[in-house]
Amino acid sequence: MDVLTTIGLNHYLTISVLLFGFGLFAIITRKNAIVVLMGVELILNAANINLLAFSKFNGAMEGVMFSLFVIVLAAAEAAVALAIVINIYKTFNTVDVSRIDSLKE
Amino acid sequence: MSNVTYSIIFYLFAAITVFSAAFVVFSRNVIYSAFSLLFTFFGVAALYVYLSADFIAVTQIIVYVGGILVLLLFGVMFTNKIMMTKLRTDVINMVPGLAILAAVVGGLLTIFYTRADWVTSATQLQGSVVESIGIETMSRYVLPFEMASILLLLALIGAAFLARFDKAHNKER
Repeated sequence: MDVLTTIGLNHYLTISVLLFGFGLFAIITRKNAIVVLMGVELILNAANINLLAFSKFNGAMEGVMFSLFVIVLAAAEAAVALAIVINIYKTFNTVDVSRIDSLKE
Repeated sequence: MSNVTYSIIFYLFAAITVFSAAFVVFSRNVIYSAFSLLFTFFGVAALYVYLSADFIAVTQIIVYVGGILVLLLFGVMFTNKIMMTKLRTDVINMVPGLAILAAVVGGLLTIFYTRADWVTSATQLQGSVVESIGIETMSRYVLPFEMASILLLLALIGAAFLARFDKAHNKER
């Protein structure tokens, strides 16, 4: 009962593992490039939860700062990735990643 | 707030996060996935508050919900012919995907709960973290901070360059 009522490090790590697993699953199984990007975002969120959890239970600021930079990188990544996806759609008329098989037109 | 109430609210947010994340990846409809991702991001932000990182939680809501999710929705709208085709995503490698999901989650959880012996400090982060973030950003992390700003500028220019409508190119075709 004590394990359930006292929120410890393992609770956060469990949530983060689940989010990471779902993100990996989306990247492996989905054909739509946008859903693959959503999987990447889930993985980044899982990493952020880990960083913040370790930071809190360590009493240090490193994880908090690092998670801030992770969010910055995620924003940049999403913008560039969506630009690439839109270009792929213009070229191939589909965002099905299993049918995109050439690097130039 | 008593300890039990604290825990119950934590489990509520944890359930919202995990179930909406599961819906994101198991739903076949891209729009449903995008809107379910909204709840995942809000749930994760609530968990950040529990980790006494209030500034990160607000940043998460502003950047992820206000920025990235809107971008993703724009991506969905741009890359599907709404009137003509179904907004569906096909599935590939279902069995290997499920196997890897089970293996990763099971393996990591087993290690975490049986083997791992995390070193935790007696002094945890308490209260608001905003002031410390300001001090750290302007002292130890000032170089990464400036590099992040340059990176964001580059990403902005690069994304605008990549996604622009190419008139000259269309003309010559």
